[in-house]
Amino acid sequence: MSDLSYVRKDMLPEKAPPVSEVGAIGWLRANLFSGWFNSILTVASVYLIYTLVSSILPWLWSPTWSAGSLSECREIVAELGKEHGGACYGVITERWQQLLFGFYPQELRWRPILTFVLLFVALAPVLFTDGVPRKMLWFTGLYLFLAPWLMWGGAIWTPLLVIAGLALGALAFRVLSGVIGALGATIAAIVAPILFWLFLVGPLSSALASIIPLGIEVVESRLFGGFMLSVWIGVVAIAISLVLGVVLALGRQSDLMIVKYLSVGFIEFIRGVPLITLLFVASTLLNIFLPPGTNFDIILRVMIMATLFASAYIAEVVRGGLAALPRGQYEAADALGLDYWKSQRLIILPQALKISIPGIVSTFIGLFKDTTLVSIIGLLDPIGLTGSIRADANWNGIVWELYGFIALLFFLSCFTMSRYSMWLERKLRKGHS
Amino acid sequence: MATTTDPKGGSFRLSMLLYDSRYRSATIQIVALIGFLILIGWLVSNTVQNLAELGKSVGFGFLGERAGYDINQRLLDYDSNDSHLRASLIGLLNTLLIAVLGCIAATVVGVIVGVLRLSQNWLVARIMTVYVEMFRNVPVLLWIVLSMAIMIETLPPPSAFRGEDPAASMIVSDSVALTNRGVYVPEPLFGRMDEEGAYTSWRHSLGDVHLFGDSPVRFDVSLDLVAILAILIAGLLVSGLVKHRADRIQNATGVRPRTWYWRWGVVVIPLLLLLWVLGFYLGKPELRGFNFQGGTHLRNSFIALWLALSLYTAAFIAEIVRGGILAISHGQTEAAAALGLRSRRIMSLVVLPQALRVIIPPLISQYLNLTKNSSLAIAVGYMDLTGTLMGITLNQTGRELETVLLTMLIYLLISLAISGAMNVYNNSVKLKER
Repeated sequence: MSDLSYVRKDMLPEKAPPVSEVGAIGWLRANLFSGWFNSILTVASVYLIYTLVSSILPWLWSPTWSAGSLSECREIVAELGKEHGGACYGVITERWQQLLFGFYPQELRWRPILTFVLLFVALAPVLFTDGVPRKMLWFTGLYLFLAPWLMWGGAIWTPLLVIAGLALGALAFRVLSGVIGALGATIAAIVAPILFWLFLVGPLSSALASIIPLGIEVVESRLFGGFMLSVWIGVVAIAISLVLGVVLALGRQSDLMIVKYLSVGFIEFIRGVPLITLLFVASTLLNIFLPPGTNFDIILRVMIMATLFASAYIAEVVRGGLAALPRGQYEAADALGLDYWKSQRLIILPQALKISIPGIVSTFIGLFKDTTLVSIIGLLDPIGLTGSIRADANWNGIVWELYGFIALLFFLSCFTMSRYSMWLERKLRKGHS
Repeated sequence: MATTTDPKGGSFRLSMLLYDSRYRSATIQIVALIGFLILIGWLVSNTVQNLAELGKSVGFGFLGERAGYDINQRLLDYDSNDSHLRASLIGLLNTLLIAVLGCIAATVVGVIVGVLRLSQNWLVARIMTVYVEMFRNVPVLLWIVLSMAIMIETLPPPSAFRGEDPAASMIVSDSVALTNRGVYVPEPLFGRMDEEGAYTSWRHSLGDVHLFGDSPVRFDVSLDLVAILAILIAGLLVSGLVKHRADRIQNATGVRPRTWYWRWGVVVIPLLLLLWVLGFYLGKPELRGFNFQGGTHLRNSFIALWLALSLYTAAFIAEIVRGGILAISHGQTEAAAALGLRSRRIMSLVVLPQALRVIIPPLISQYLNLTKNSSLAIAVGYMDLTGTLMGITLNQTGRELETVLLTMLIYLLISLAISGAMNVYNNSVKLKER
């Protein structure tokens, strides 16, 4: 009786999952139509995208690159028989060089371009710590003197003599540290180059230039403009404010009460006022604060204020980095018997600065966007230039194309930088786990 | 065993100031202080010398002089015969107005976008990502100038609303007009007097109280507004009492009485009654002559600034909100679900209170940024503090030192006040560790 029982001896073949759960349909169900509410959202989004694309695309596609004025554009668009009008790209064809370089002399534009390209070479050892030889850091140091010379031009002797001043300081330290002790030597190493820069560089460089006239054409600051000006102000301000910011951050973390309060006061003051007020200080007050007769051009003054502004924010970023270091690092440095500066230089700062790089990059993005504010005090950055372009009889009434072009420039640079910063953050996080 | 002792017979030597760690910190601090004082002294002496050469004196007397310029968007009454102080006050109020409205709009948009970026709906999440990246990677000044240009160039002029078959028409049941001269919206009004000075009905406004006579800080307090606020606060208090009672009953019996109609009713019904007694109605803008009359006229500059600042800051707030929600570990949500809470209560009782702790500090700094960015109003001609005190007043009186420093001081005080107030709140939601 029992031989009628049936027992399966082998497994059933695996069935394919239902069509509605895998592949394109499965993905659609999971991500777009996973409930009535999501379905409504999806339909609404599709409708929104459709409306935007269907109104923007025909507008974007408009062969007006060679038009010489807005009315010419309108004629071309009218000939094509477009209902909603079309973009007028003639303004970009005509003005893109101005929007990029301002009034920088045409035949010298290779200089800002070279400076910009070399910037990446100089930054490579800092930004991509592995895979780039450490020796490249020498070029980074050299770039600090090369870049201003390329941008402003002048005799080659000035940057060389400035470097010579640094060498002088190092020499003073070497020679004097045996004679009057480390502290005296340090003071001498700081004072000697400053005196050298203040009193000797000017006469020496003009003397050398008269003997061997080696140099490139001088370009005045007032010719700087456009996107180049934004990048230049941003880069200079961040480069100098890194040094100031580290000093301020150390000051804020320090046990010395007066130093600490001075740093805190400066940082909170700068962070508490809008950048535009600082730029007003640059344009109206800085000349009053400086000794009578000092008069340097507005772009330098703006750079000074932008540097002070950025240094307060960098200080906060670096302070975050300092606070994020484990307590043990400080204690280990103390246990090794290192004094304050040695422990900062050899142990604390290298680590703290490394974890602050993403924050520094975001500060730079913020400052770079904020450089557009200089248009309010009359400098010709891209937004400052739009005023005169829109007032031009040919382009009166143009909005989207011009601002769109500038927005695109800023978007591309800021977006790239923020992606880099996110990549770096991920990489650093991996390194610590 | 080696012990170190301080050198005996240590009479004080000058070099100890540098090499003895007991004195060194004091030395450094005093040197730093002297250096700082020298710097300040140098700046002040330069300033005095420069001002003397220019033949200027320092003083704030100019604040009392006649301003002589108009401010088209203002919260208090003002005309060009008022003093610079009054003009600056109007500017300050405009700054605060745009800051408060901007913070509210930015928070609302930012929270919605931030939550939607985490949505399971792939398409919605992508759209929100595009929004965030688009706004935060382009300078805010560009957004402000662009929105201003769009408002001027693309909106119809008031004349387009005229005629039998107008080219443009008002929206929201004929009560809001979008024109290239600004936006006209209905204004809340209460029963007013007719020409003979008699109220047309027994339901009428309580009138205004004028404070501070003719001084620069004079203002009118609308008694209607005071009454409405009083009723509102009283209603909220009673509503709180009802909630308290419900909590007590729930704690005692485990059953929560149904109170939502009470809690809403005590707030809404007295308020509606009061509005009815005051003769509340909306004054709609109407096209008369070349322009709209009646209603509240929001200038282009105000709308452009408000939109640009809110949308720009909202992109940052969205990222903060997203980060805050992501920071709450998934175990918290699962634990709450295991306790049997519904998803709305999980959000309001478990996730949000914890996320707020992560969200609040960066949110404060975004509010501060918005307030500081509102100074860009000067680019579109909205008369805020920068436009009045540091703008026209500076140009008219030529007192750049006083005006710029005063403007900086006021902004600094606003910043400190915001961060102070928010720190108090932050401390109240801080994790209370046992």
